[in-house]
Amino acid sequence: MRIRLPGRRGRLFAGAAALLVAVGAGTWSATVSEGPPEVRRTDRVLRMPGAAIDTSYFTAGGPGRRPAVLLGHGFGGSKEDVRPQAERLAGAGYAVLTWSARGFGASGGRIGLNDPAHEGKDVSRLVDWLAARPEVRLDAAGDPRVGVTGASYGGAAALLAAGYDRRVDAIAPLITYWDLGEALFPQDVFKKLWAGVFFGAGAVPGTAASGPAAGASPAGSEAGSAAGSAARSRAAAGCGRFQPELCAMYERVAVAGRPDTAARTLLERRSPAAVAGRIKVPALIVQGQADSLFPLDQADAMARTIAGNGAPVSVDWAAGGHDGGLREQGRIEDRVRTWFDRHLKDDRKADTGPAFRIARTGGLDTTDGEVLLRGAAAGRYPGLGGSRREQYALTGPEQRFANPAGGAPPALSSLPGFGGPLAAFGTGLSVDFPGQHARFDSAPVARDLRITGSPTVRVRVRSTAEDGSAVLFGKVYDVGPDGRQQVLPGQLAAPVRVTGVREGRTLTLTLPAVDHAVAAGHRLRLVLAATDLGYATPAQPATYTAALEGPLAVPLAPEVATGEGGLPWWVWGLPPVALAVAGALLADGRRRSRGPVPVPDPELAGVPLRITGLTKRYAKGSDRYAVRDLSFEVRQGQVLGLLGPNGAGKTTTLRMLMGLIRPDAGEVRVFGHAVRPGAPVLSRVGAFVEGAGFLPHLSGQANLELYWRSTGRPAQDAHLTEALEIAGLGDALERAVRTYSQGMRQRLALAQAMLGLPDLLILDEPTNGLDPPQIREMREVMIRYAAAGRTVIVSSHLLSEVEQSCTHLVVMDRGRLVQAGPVAEITGGGDTLLVTLDGPADDPAAGKVAALEGVASVVRTDEGLLVRLDGATPAGLIAELVRLDLPVTGAGPHRRLEDAFLTLIGGPA
Amino acid sequence: MSVRSEARTQDAAAEGAPGYRARHTLPLRVEALRQWRRRRTLVMGGVLAALPFVLVIAFAVGGGPSDDRGGGGRITPIDVATASGANFAVTCLFVSAGFLLVVPVALFCGDTVASEASWSSLRYLLAAPVPRWRLLWSKLVVALAFSLAAIVLLPLTALAVGTAAYGWGPLQLPTGGELGASPLPRLALATGYVFVSQLVTAGLAFWLSTRTDAPLGAVGGAVGLTIAGNVLDAVTALGDWREFLPAHWQFAWLDALQPQLEWGGMVRGAAVSASCALVLFALSFRGFARKDITS
Repeated sequence: MRIRLPGRRGRLFAGAAALLVAVGAGTWSATVSEGPPEVRRTDRVLRMPGAAIDTSYFTAGGPGRRPAVLLGHGFGGSKEDVRPQAERLAGAGYAVLTWSARGFGASGGRIGLNDPAHEGKDVSRLVDWLAARPEVRLDAAGDPRVGVTGASYGGAAALLAAGYDRRVDAIAPLITYWDLGEALFPQDVFKKLWAGVFFGAGAVPGTAASGPAAGASPAGSEAGSAAGSAARSRAAAGCGRFQPELCAMYERVAVAGRPDTAARTLLERRSPAAVAGRIKVPALIVQGQADSLFPLDQADAMARTIAGNGAPVSVDWAAGGHDGGLREQGRIEDRVRTWFDRHLKDDRKADTGPAFRIARTGGLDTTDGEVLLRGAAAGRYPGLGGSRREQYALTGPEQRFANPAGGAPPALSSLPGFGGPLAAFGTGLSVDFPGQHARFDSAPVARDLRITGSPTVRVRVRSTAEDGSAVLFGKVYDVGPDGRQQVLPGQLAAPVRVTGVREGRTLTLTLPAVDHAVAAGHRLRLVLAATDLGYATPAQPATYTAALEGPLAVPLAPEVATGEGGLPWWVWGLPPVALAVAGALLADGRRRSRGPVPVPDPELAGVPLRITGLTKRYAKGSDRYAVRDLSFEVRQGQVLGLLGPNGAGKTTTLRMLMGLIRPDAGEVRVFGHAVRPGAPVLSRVGAFVEGAGFLPHLSGQANLELYWRSTGRPAQDAHLTEALEIAGLGDALERAVRTYSQGMRQRLALAQAMLGLPDLLILDEPTNGLDPPQIREMREVMIRYAAAGRTVIVSSHLLSEVEQSCTHLVVMDRGRLVQAGPVAEITGGGDTLLVTLDGPADDPAAGKVAALEGVASVVRTDEGLLVRLDGATPAGLIAELVRLDLPVTGAGPHRRLEDAFLTLIGGPA
Repeated sequence: MSVRSEARTQDAAAEGAPGYRARHTLPLRVEALRQWRRRRTLVMGGVLAALPFVLVIAFAVGGGPSDDRGGGGRITPIDVATASGANFAVTCLFVSAGFLLVVPVALFCGDTVASEASWSSLRYLLAAPVPRWRLLWSKLVVALAFSLAAIVLLPLTALAVGTAAYGWGPLQLPTGGELGASPLPRLALATGYVFVSQLVTAGLAFWLSTRTDAPLGAVGGAVGLTIAGNVLDAVTALGDWREFLPAHWQFAWLDALQPQLEWGGMVRGAAVSASCALVLFALSFRGFARKDITS
């Protein structure tokens, strides 16, 4: 009799209290508010012979009968682990019952490893209980429509339930065993590490108090908590909550290092294999590819037997397993649900998926570093032998290798619960010690090869051990072209104990079942090792000899095809949508900007420029006008001065003329063609507006050349030499423009405007930055240019310039036209006198002069008084001035435009 | 339809100066020449060509990448950088794809129109007249070509430098194993995808370039928005919505270097990037066609 620990008593008390509450107050309920529909949970402790079983019952939605699902948990866990999945299943329209198996969680009793007499009957009683629920759909009185699922320990419970209880209608066992004896004692070799973890977990007295956190993946938490519990169990020796006979069996086998017949029989009797012939319900079998505890051959036995019984079976080789965690939790949960939708709800439209599916790694997801998985499917499960086999000849002499005394150091294939997602890439650890293994290599494979199933090979084995036996671990490596890099698919080794090989015997080895792609150029390497960390090997030293007796037979299943990557719809939808949006944007933009193209006016073909009603506001809808209702015309051969103070709207007008900005109203016609942005007629216009614009990194020469090439016109039309003559830059032409002075840029810009000798030349403030000789030269250039029949428009506020070179004037002020006409007409005749005084002229003096008879206006300037006569003669005026006692030093005719301009726009007088 | 358009071109020919044809304005060659000699082009090329040398020196001084595997746990191509010239080229792509390669794309596409505006040369081109669509088209094609050249330059230099330093060999994969065949097609695919994934940056930069007269504003804006995309992608709470962020797929080119060529990520990334870029380019053309040029 073991000593009862205080914790155990406390837990019993808690269990009793829970039972009291359950009995006394009926039930207590909690609602889970995890999205619609609301899931109701009811916790109950059900009394069963020998144990109180802790259950949770989940339903959602309105009244009405629905199928039920029993959801089991993994070894070392409890019903809390599967609660999230139970809630989701309930939300999908099932009545879900979860329970903590005997010896786990808050349930009482002892662990019997799914003992039909205890755990098995518990499940039947849960089915009884479901049959009494008003929400549960019945096939017959006392026979509910029910499915059973669960991972690992819970999966075996599902298989056993189907075997022992005819009322079960469908099952979905996940990563579980068919024959626990074969799983823990494969080929008569003791899987000591996993078995230790297994029994250690159940031997911990405190399992109920320290159940693993709910929500973790059942498989992962099982392995994790099992490993953690194993550490704790060292302190708490004994059998914990195991049935004594199981405990005794384990201790016996662990000490002996090899299983005996009694142990094997005990476990076989409690395995689903014991009721193989009675499992006849639709089964979805999911097994992990990285699972050294319950490898794929366990699922293979399940699938073949159940299918042989005539029930529909789907086999799903998932990524991960007990070594790597179940990495496809969401997908598998969905698949289980549709399986039940089809077989419990009789929903004929539910897609239960292919009969055989393999999760294959497609590399890493570059967005989050996770391993990408994609499904490969086939309509038929080929079994571990594949749908066909290919022979790969191995080479290698007969090899002798040692089984070291004590079996140490051991080779390494996998560690329980330690595989990781990268095992598929071969980054997992695998070690074979020299002298302790034989190896045989194939030639490089000619083309890509995918192994799907268990390869086999015939070898002749001899052993020097006294009993004439040998324990071997068969592994098939994928070896890279360099011969160094090797990958052990699934990190799996296939153990085998062979007896009677003292004199040598030929046997067929079945190697681990895997799904693995071998790239062309890689080799296959068969390794037979004497030791493995995960297994108990003979402690007596011995020497083994292995020789090949045949090629490696590799199973293939080429019909298992990888589906399309499953790209979401938007991948193909997005580009056409974007194309349509782009097209619509462009079409709309074109419609708005183009408008109707104005018809060319042939009558105006000879008129370089006609502006009518031109209006531009500063901002859309504002009342401030940059140019307002401007109209004028320029004739061929004219040099037109566009005159106005800063802000008069000259530059805005010129920009509209060049098609750079869009008038709000009115139009500009150049040689009869309306100006729009990029109108071809602009090629007949040369312009220099608001300063130079050059690429600073290029030389002056390169700037002009590239500019001309940008116009796309023939090089010989450029008249580059003439233009460069005007610029007069000399050697500076070869320097980068960024080194130029303001004046040099100015001249280069003028040269650029004259490239191609345009019919209409527009110059905005052309003499800015030029020195007086250059200004004079500029003036002459303009006059010469117009004399050749071309037309020049010069805008300036330096009026003296315009006066000397222009034939016609347009005077603007505040956006409006003030006056237009020939220069002489605007400056008037000889009736303006400039009267210079000795000393500054003051306002009273100007006023007195203005009051004189025959004087139109007087403007005070820096030089003196500007007097415009209206009837008076110059002589008379001088006489009057003298009479007024003004200190007159001189008087002369004055015809300067500046003064006319000032008087026109009502300057500072 | 064809008759009418023919009539119009004849009109245009009569309307313009002799030899002027809108379709022949600002030829790609001329625009490329205009951009080629710029200091920023040369500096950018210099930086990209120098990076492999810097990394070679860094590995030589630091003692190789495998000596100190980062604790992050993520496997990166840096782990096998010195295995061969091809591996070194992949490493260079890896360290620069996130940010360094964004810069030339943003620079070439963001600067192209805005800098003309800032130099005032834009108005002379438009008055030449180069039709606005033609101007944008030439500039876009040349900017994209320069971006492509920049993106190709880096792995190409790295391949040459890496082969000289570490020898020619198959591409070692960071996840173990190696690519049997010549690494060049996969490298080309990866580089090509990097370019396609940068199209969205190109679109942003180009659009901003047509909206502003400040070249730095357009370049900085595009880089900034790209970084903002990366930041958003780091917000895992966005869940599947992140799949529509171009930044989400910026490392999908690594799929080209996996044992089994994985197309999914690259196809998605290319769809998002190209779609965004297409709309942004259309916005640029539409806005620019109607814009008042005041620079």
